[in-house]
Amino acid sequence: MIKEFLSLLKDKKSRVVVVVPPLVQLIVFGYAATFDLTHVPYAVYNEDRGAAGRDILAGFGGSKNFSRSAVITHEEEIRPLIDNKKVLLVLHLGPTFSRDLLSGRTASLQVIIDGRNSNTAMLALSYINSIVRRFNEQWAAEHGRRGPPAMLVTRAWFNPNLESRWFIVPGIVGLLTLVVTMLVTALSVAREREQGTFDQLLVTPLRPVEILIGKALPGLIIGIFEATVIILMAVFWFRVPLLGSLITLYTGVALFLLSAIGVGLMISSLAVTQQQGLLGAFLFLVPAIILSGFTTPIANMPQVIQYITLLNPMRYFMVVLRGVFLEGAPFHLLIGQLWPMAVIGVVSLAAAGWLFRHRMY
Amino acid sequence: MRMRGLVRKEFLQVMRDPSSIAIAFLLPVILLLLFGYGVSLDAEHVPVALVVEHPDADTAGFTGVFRRSRYFSPIDFSGMRAAEYAMRRGLVEGIIHLRSDFSRQVRQAGGAPVQIIVNGIDANNARLISGYVEGAWSMWRRHMSESRGISLDIPVQVEQRIWFNSELRSRDFLVPGLIAVIMTLIGGLLTALVMAREWERGTMEALMVTPVSMKEILLGKLIPYFVLGMGGMALSVVMAVWQFGVPLRGSLPVLFIASSLFLLVALGMGLLISTLAKNQFVAGQVAIIVTFLPAFILSGFIFDINSMPLPIRVFTHVIAARYFVSILQTVFLAGNIWQVLLPNAFALIIMAGIFFGIIKRKSRKRLE
Repeated sequence: MIKEFLSLLKDKKSRVVVVVPPLVQLIVFGYAATFDLTHVPYAVYNEDRGAAGRDILAGFGGSKNFSRSAVITHEEEIRPLIDNKKVLLVLHLGPTFSRDLLSGRTASLQVIIDGRNSNTAMLALSYINSIVRRFNEQWAAEHGRRGPPAMLVTRAWFNPNLESRWFIVPGIVGLLTLVVTMLVTALSVAREREQGTFDQLLVTPLRPVEILIGKALPGLIIGIFEATVIILMAVFWFRVPLLGSLITLYTGVALFLLSAIGVGLMISSLAVTQQQGLLGAFLFLVPAIILSGFTTPIANMPQVIQYITLLNPMRYFMVVLRGVFLEGAPFHLLIGQLWPMAVIGVVSLAAAGWLFRHRMY
Repeated sequence: MRMRGLVRKEFLQVMRDPSSIAIAFLLPVILLLLFGYGVSLDAEHVPVALVVEHPDADTAGFTGVFRRSRYFSPIDFSGMRAAEYAMRRGLVEGIIHLRSDFSRQVRQAGGAPVQIIVNGIDANNARLISGYVEGAWSMWRRHMSESRGISLDIPVQVEQRIWFNSELRSRDFLVPGLIAVIMTLIGGLLTALVMAREWERGTMEALMVTPVSMKEILLGKLIPYFVLGMGGMALSVVMAVWQFGVPLRGSLPVLFIASSLFLLVALGMGLLISTLAKNQFVAGQVAIIVTFLPAFILSGFIFDINSMPLPIRVFTHVIAARYFVSILQTVFLAGNIWQVLLPNAFALIIMAGIFFGIIKRKSRKRLE
């Protein structure tokens, strides 16, 4: 057991690989991974000379979500700007905008938007709609026009300003913990097999269970250490609220690590060469992250893929992390997420232990 | 002649180890199938709670819009308490609350307030859902004014024209991005262990005593993997177009040239890791860290680069996938737009140059 630790710590390159990147990645990804749009470059094509037109454009000028990067005077200028990604969208006011508005007709604000990234386009449109709705409400009040028969009063629970960083950063805790545990475990048995030291280990009086514990413990300790550092960073650096209890959080972390280590060791003992171990690690890691609900909701996936995600320990951990961080979810609401991780962990560890002995070649 | 022998040797080695073939052909198919269907930002049938305190014809008119919409699958709750509990349990994503005086207030000048609560944990999804709610609401307004025979009184209406992807299908932009992520993985995985393996097994020394030059050794390693990688790429493009129905508006030769440039960079990165690490274990760990997550998060594949803070935006320039994502999204959805393609291709050429330059310097024929 001590040997495992030493072998991990002795290799200087290995040590650097396990400790430094997660921290760098947390900072970089924490800032990079956001769905909120800021500084969306846009162009204005204003054929209207009226004050009302200027008023509505001022709403965009004052928003931190948009930044005006061009003013154009001809329709032909629109295409190259959007094609070359110089701007994401063009706001076009027709020549009769102010006149329509003042005479009580409906004026139209034309938005031409680059749909290459459909999510960005959709978000930008929703920002535009809310600016226009605010303008409409004000205009209706000032000019005595009839308001709508019902208006929406929208509130968001758990994350009132809808900051996607609050959603993403707890997810990154899971992401990086998974990557680190896979790094530590997935190649470990394969390396010993390739070097022949694993056979030596098997002929010693150690029982497979003891070998298993020896292999699993370093991953567990490093994983808990990394998770703690990342959680601290999330709370004190990124200022994500941590509403729930630490006990619930760490139960989740421990069970998740158990399942991740189990899968890692299983891959590692299945692999004959390190290359296969690496391949196996990737084959698990990549789908586990993409299909975990980290960025895109599981509810949007087709039913078949939703069933596949039930095998993914990350999926449960994401719910636990977000529940504890943002909702302050109590333990009993999360039991449904905790036991599947425990089952995955126990089954995969048992499989790994069995494979130690039975996969000889 | 000598070169041909080397390439042949590498090819044989590749063919005998099924894992390389699996990486090149099986991996893109499985990943693309899984993610092409699995990664979607379009929410449909979102479960929402409907709380109507005093049901009558007016409220039925309002809720009917939600019941008919494909974006929602409403569930009726008798009171706010039950609805709030359901939201905490994660059974519904939002609550639509009509108070008992809804039908009275609808007829008054101020209008009736409708309380909407969304679960804000997934901020992006919450925003989409409230966008859908707004869409349903404006449809209801139109119905209302038609049935009452009064014109709709809206000061300014947004008239949107969405280019390149008019239905805003998220799959159309995610699939090209996924191809870039998958190719980064394949390129890195194929080569990450190659040089390290030769060093570790001592066969590097054996190769060194032969008259072949380092350049030939490297080329010999590169060519088979390049061929494999391009095969995987071709497979991905075919799947994107036939399986997922992503339009391919640019031309195939452009796509081919851009992909080979990118593959060179990806393979170069793998070789570089492998050359520097000289140890399969470390090379494998580094490959996991530098390939997948940066390509996933920093390439603009799913998170908009323009919205990142400046230092991060600068940093994304060292991520090769960033250029390839931009190229692929443009070639697939917009066509051959040279002002986008050329700078990105140029950046890829520079990166390939740098990688191979370092590899060449670091892998002189020399023992330590």
